[in-house]
Amino acid sequence: MCEKCVNAKYVSQKISKTRWRPVSHSSLQQPDIFATGSWDNEDNKISFWSIGNHGSSGMDEGFEGDPQLLCEHKHDGDVLDLQFLDQDRIVTTSSTGAVTIFRHHQNSQTISVSQRWPRVHRYPCDNAPCTGVVCSSPEIVTVGEDGKIIVFRADQEGVIRVIENADSSTIHAVTYLRTTEILTVNSIGQLKLWDLRQQSNSPSQILSLSGDRLPLHCVDRHPNQQHIVATGGQDGMLCVWDVRQGSTPFSLMEAHSAEMWEVHFHPTNPDHLFTCSEDGSLLHWETSTHSDMPSFLQGGRNNSMISRSAMAPAGGNQSLISTWLSGDSSKGRLETTHMLPSQTLSVNSLDVLGQCLVCGTDGEAIFVNRQVPV
Amino acid sequence: MEELDVEPAITNIPAASDGKHLGFAWGPGDILAYETLYMAPGCSFIHEVRKDEDIYSPILRKLFNESHHIFVGLQTIREDLPSKNKKTQFVSISKNYRSVIRACMEELQQVLQKWPRNMEIRYVSILLAIELIWNLCEVLFIDAAPAGPLLLHLLDWVRLHKGDVDEKAREVLQSESPAEHHDYWDVPGGTQTLTEFDVKWRHWHEEVDRCLQDNSFASNQHLEIICKILVGDEDTLLEHKELLSTWYHFLVTRLLFCHPTVKPTELHYYAQSCMTMFLDLRSVPEPLDSILLAAFEFDIHQVIKDCSIALNNWWFVAHLTDLLDHCKLLQSHNLHFGSNLREFLLLEYASGLFTHHSLWQLAVDYFDNCPEFGHVYLELQIERVPLDTERKALKVLRICEQRQMSEQVRSICKIMAMRALRNNRLGSALSWSIRAKDAAFATLISERFLQDYCARGTFSDLDLIDNLGPAMLLSDRLTFLVKYREFHKLYEENRFSEAAKLLLSLITAKIAPRSFWMTLLTDALPLLEQKEVSHSAHCPYLLLYHLTCLVYGFIVFCYGSSCKVDQLLTSLIKESVCRFAGLGPEGLGTPKV
Repeated sequence: MCEKCVNAKYVSQKISKTRWRPVSHSSLQQPDIFATGSWDNEDNKISFWSIGNHGSSGMDEGFEGDPQLLCEHKHDGDVLDLQFLDQDRIVTTSSTGAVTIFRHHQNSQTISVSQRWPRVHRYPCDNAPCTGVVCSSPEIVTVGEDGKIIVFRADQEGVIRVIENADSSTIHAVTYLRTTEILTVNSIGQLKLWDLRQQSNSPSQILSLSGDRLPLHCVDRHPNQQHIVATGGQDGMLCVWDVRQGSTPFSLMEAHSAEMWEVHFHPTNPDHLFTCSEDGSLLHWETSTHSDMPSFLQGGRNNSMISRSAMAPAGGNQSLISTWLSGDSSKGRLETTHMLPSQTLSVNSLDVLGQCLVCGTDGEAIFVNRQVPV
Repeated sequence: MEELDVEPAITNIPAASDGKHLGFAWGPGDILAYETLYMAPGCSFIHEVRKDEDIYSPILRKLFNESHHIFVGLQTIREDLPSKNKKTQFVSISKNYRSVIRACMEELQQVLQKWPRNMEIRYVSILLAIELIWNLCEVLFIDAAPAGPLLLHLLDWVRLHKGDVDEKAREVLQSESPAEHHDYWDVPGGTQTLTEFDVKWRHWHEEVDRCLQDNSFASNQHLEIICKILVGDEDTLLEHKELLSTWYHFLVTRLLFCHPTVKPTELHYYAQSCMTMFLDLRSVPEPLDSILLAAFEFDIHQVIKDCSIALNNWWFVAHLTDLLDHCKLLQSHNLHFGSNLREFLLLEYASGLFTHHSLWQLAVDYFDNCPEFGHVYLELQIERVPLDTERKALKVLRICEQRQMSEQVRSICKIMAMRALRNNRLGSALSWSIRAKDAAFATLISERFLQDYCARGTFSDLDLIDNLGPAMLLSDRLTFLVKYREFHKLYEENRFSEAAKLLLSLITAKIAPRSFWMTLLTDALPLLEQKEVSHSAHCPYLLLYHLTCLVYGFIVFCYGSSCKVDQLLTSLIKESVCRFAGLGPEGLGTPKV
């Protein structure tokens, strides 16, 4: 990938989260606007930026200029997670334990607070940081250091449901598995499945690594094959799980030399996966499907990763076996590329949509790449 | 100690009311001042006096971040490259630093256009001065151009900065500049040597001079003035002082017209005389002037020293000195307190950064590149970073772990674990103890679990205890907890012989806390009644034997050894053996214990 395609924009705030505004699936537009949240500032902010892509098809160079700041708004506490609820609204979670919905008014380029739930995550005598959020409008689910899972609805006061003591350790991230099921990861290395239709306060399934119980920090589900989930944790290993079978990961790959903060499957091209880490690198993983032989029947190990489990999935049709579950890089089927110039500080967040990738670092820089090879 | 060069700056503390005594305490970069009791009572305040306000400017923050990136890149330039390649790289790095400064300046100017009364206006002149000095240092020290190209570089330098200062004058000056003679300036070293060039130039100079003497241009006054300028006539140049707003512009102009092949070592003669001529007797040279003069004199140390005094923030001197040190231009010159100049300045700069709530992360890399004291400074400073969220604590921990600062790791993990424990987050507390490999704390947490169990009869946080894996081996107490829970699970699932074996191993391993012995005993008795257990070969006998020892030891521990105890013990054992054997109490004689 061309180094020239990536340019750093210094923004005077450490970026904790970046997210592209969703584009409608019907149009083939590239994404245009992204939101960022800051952390570790006396005055934290959320900001909206534009890369001016308004449907203009390729210029010769990868970047036409820096992202432009559209508007920003003060945020109380660190922005620990951020998601777009719809085209105009974002949900943020704060280190003060609050959950807020902000509305971006496109005409006047201003931001207003649309709804707020202060101190929903807390201990008996103190606030607890709210570490993760996932939403599927109008439902919002948040998790926090207090081990609670809380369900809200946008435009409704109060909370819909609280699962107290869902976890005895900190829950770091949450994502949807199906419309009524969520997955959480915690700081003792467990992946838990929750069925929100049930009233019980315990998970329907618990999966964990078989070795040391290191914290898991991020989780993402394969966009098409809903049983495949990727997680990353403190040791920088990328784990791919099959939640239908087994309670341990299907494959483990050494990815980074420090905590992996985010993992994302590409939403429309899931043979591509992106991870970012405290060690300052952003990796682009690409798997290919060129072999006749089913991937799990090909033996072989190489010393950079471990592959496990040779069970045939129910149904047996080899074309349905995801190549992620083999993780076999020795046959040249898994390629990894670094996407940033070396020696940046921690890359805290990334988001990818279409051909565009945005990420934010602790070096107070935002990188945008408009020509991701997917 | 050397004597002070300047008067110390005075900072007024506006909120301190008159007549109050102030006490103070030094912080890592700031001072805390407080009103003391010694005068009339009233409301007391604590004031924080910040020495360095620059790091709080949002625009200058970009400077710090971008230059940090360049700094880190500079440190990785390999020592074994040939010096010619290295020089090109150093010049390019110097230009990078300068472009960062310029980018900051441009942004400042944009901001000031929108909000003219913004407080940050004071940074414009500072940044201008910094870039001016850095550029000159690059020309003279880093690029170290020889005679010939030297003047061209100086011309560029002046033109670049003249444009900043006075747009209008530049237009006027350009119309008078010897543009038509630019084709003279084939760069020496290109098609002609310096000597050839020198000869040609002298020839031309003599011609112009002769024209002036002949009064050939007497008719046209402007042309005559231009000619005089071209010859380098000082008086004419000085007459047009307002066009040459600064003495160094005068210097370069004069060199251009009088001594275009000036050697670097001759520069300071001309610089001194130009400055004297240009400035009136009344005006005092400003700090900037003396810094530039020191640069022309190739006195690097004086430049650094004067800049350190004149500027509020260590950014400039730290980065410039570091670059010059890489170019091997600084004599190794130990200071009174042991480290060299480069390290001293970097440490000062980084310490200042560490007081900032956000920029402390940049400082870590600076400390890493100070071989003598960097590590110690980092150890002292990193403990002061406030840990509001787990995420921040994890980042700080990663920094400590990568540098083998094991004491700081333990201390941070302990703080986080205690906090979690206080909030009753036992799983979190345990995960912090596992990270620090803190067996003592793991024991503490396990005790909490066991206490809970004793109080309530059930275990809390089963998702944690059931899924610990190899982490349970961190401490004996933790292992006991996990195994004891496993025992309960086996019992509930009616797998009695396995449960019995597990209980036996727990007892023989002697990892049960004393407080739990009674509980174990109580658990064991019903187990003995289970057919499965009582009919298996070794197990029940061993179990009974060990239980006996356990009970004896326990009772002795509680009550001390005595006749009464022996009696109690005997009857207890008799009863249990009988129950085991399915006999009534009278079915056994008195066994010898």
